[in-house]
Amino acid sequence: MELYELTFSQIRAGLLEGDFSSRELTESVLDRVERVEPAVSAFVTVRERGEILTDAEASDARRAAGTCPGALCGVPVAVKDNISTRGLATTCGSRMLKSYVPPYDATAVARLRDAGAVIVGKTNMDEFAMGSSNENSALGPTRNPWDVSRVPGGSSGGSAAAVAAGEVPLALGSDTGGSVRQPAGFCGVVGVKPTYGRVSRYGLVAFASSLDQIGTMSRDVAGAAALLEVIAGEDPRDSTTAAEPVPRLLPDTGVDLTGVAVGVPDEYFADGLDPFVAEKVRDALEVIRSLGAKVRTISIPHLGLGVAAYYLVADAEASANLARYDGVRYGHRSDHAETLEDLYRMSRSEGFGAEVKRRIMLGTYALSAGYYDQYYLKAQKVRTLLVRDFERAFESVDAVIAPTSPTTAFALGERVNDPVSMYLSDIYTVPVNLAGLPALSVPCGFAASGLPVGLQIMVEKFREPVMFRVARAYEHAAGAFPVPSTL
Amino acid sequence: MAVERGDVEHVAKLARLAFTEEELVAFTTEMNGILALFEELKAVDTDGVPPAFRVLRRRNVFRGDEPGEMLPPEEALANAPDRHEDAFRVPAVLPND
Repeated sequence: MELYELTFSQIRAGLLEGDFSSRELTESVLDRVERVEPAVSAFVTVRERGEILTDAEASDARRAAGTCPGALCGVPVAVKDNISTRGLATTCGSRMLKSYVPPYDATAVARLRDAGAVIVGKTNMDEFAMGSSNENSALGPTRNPWDVSRVPGGSSGGSAAAVAAGEVPLALGSDTGGSVRQPAGFCGVVGVKPTYGRVSRYGLVAFASSLDQIGTMSRDVAGAAALLEVIAGEDPRDSTTAAEPVPRLLPDTGVDLTGVAVGVPDEYFADGLDPFVAEKVRDALEVIRSLGAKVRTISIPHLGLGVAAYYLVADAEASANLARYDGVRYGHRSDHAETLEDLYRMSRSEGFGAEVKRRIMLGTYALSAGYYDQYYLKAQKVRTLLVRDFERAFESVDAVIAPTSPTTAFALGERVNDPVSMYLSDIYTVPVNLAGLPALSVPCGFAASGLPVGLQIMVEKFREPVMFRVARAYEHAAGAFPVPSTL
Repeated sequence: MAVERGDVEHVAKLARLAFTEEELVAFTTEMNGILALFEELKAVDTDGVPPAFRVLRRRNVFRGDEPGEMLPPEEALANAPDRHEDAFRVPAVLPND
């Protein structure tokens, strides 16, 4: 077995035992990146090899001196390209920010550096995190490592593909409406969307501020939890971070689920769910039951309204957030503008791609005079109904379990010209963002097509340890996914 | 209620986006398709339901009124498409005729 194939848990044990060094691990990972990138295109930027290996050696030196700052010391990590990295291009998958180099680190990145993680590079994404397939990247699409004719999902498709392909054991993504969980499901990795406010958004390029959260990806549950532990916690630079202390996220409770009540909402198994996905999720629920959990049917009555409410809220916030791209201080500036008004309009029209313009237009319309009550305010009220659905569910269960997506990874080009069908593919992931809840996707087998299926575990705010406990127990029983042998 | 080409043109102006005639026509059709998806919200009874603008209870968060770290001008201007000394340069705001 090559070092790049190891899961985070195996890496952690190997580094602790001195079976291999961070430099050896990092070299294996970088060789893997060179070998598979032509097929997968997960990265937008890979740092210079010498610089990365210098960081790896520094962590080895700290380990030798007994000054390792924690579990991430010496572990290679990839970062989604909408999370600011000082001195390292952060494009957001957009022509608008093609040559933008942030002058500061996002808080999550600063915490990674402090923890001794080895940053490998920046991963591809749908432009400004708007998309569910990675086809909206101005830098070209990423491909699914399990079948390169398929999309990796989005918008954190680059991070998911990089982790699935063994190019890095851990990665950061961002999840506004499912952008960590859906690609994690499509690529067969673990993907976590924390409670809103758990992770600082300082330095995360804003899309929809009331929904955005940075999330973690790994080939095992332990890796996603360890990475989240490092980046979570209150930050004076983001006033929406929660003051709640960050507990140990992966409790030593073993793999028994006795005393855990699991709710399965009927609405997630209605029309539109691929029968192969349904079968794998039902099998996983049987495993969870056999581990001691009590599983029962519940209801999330307003699930079907989630997509409409989500796209109205998200697009309205996006139209305001993206007003900052005006060609003045950074980003693309049109060469043809003669007046200031032209400079704004032409820079934006040249810099943004089709989906971003579509969202800005819809959001501007929904907020404009005469339509605010009808669209935006109505969507925010429906959001309250979804919040209440989950509050009611958590009165009687500890975790809500459902499929992550209605289908497995679709083919490149299949939906990219049909925005409505692309939006509807987010039906199972958006409610959690609207309600501010934590959720994760854990692989639960392969459909007949050979493509991975994701199992979604949702819990109450700030109860991430319960979510990780259920996910790890399931993973222990079912086994972690390998790296695809076909690449 | 469908949007028409003129509505789309108005929204584009508000959003500071320019579209070609062809794009405007295509976008009008597309926008109507997406707005149809939003129509289902209209039938939902939300009488007496407050909007959920925020999901955490936390409200105003204050910090001490003390200067923090500042970005040196050279770094703040490093991404500027055009500059003049320590300022961002833009085309004339007022027409000079």
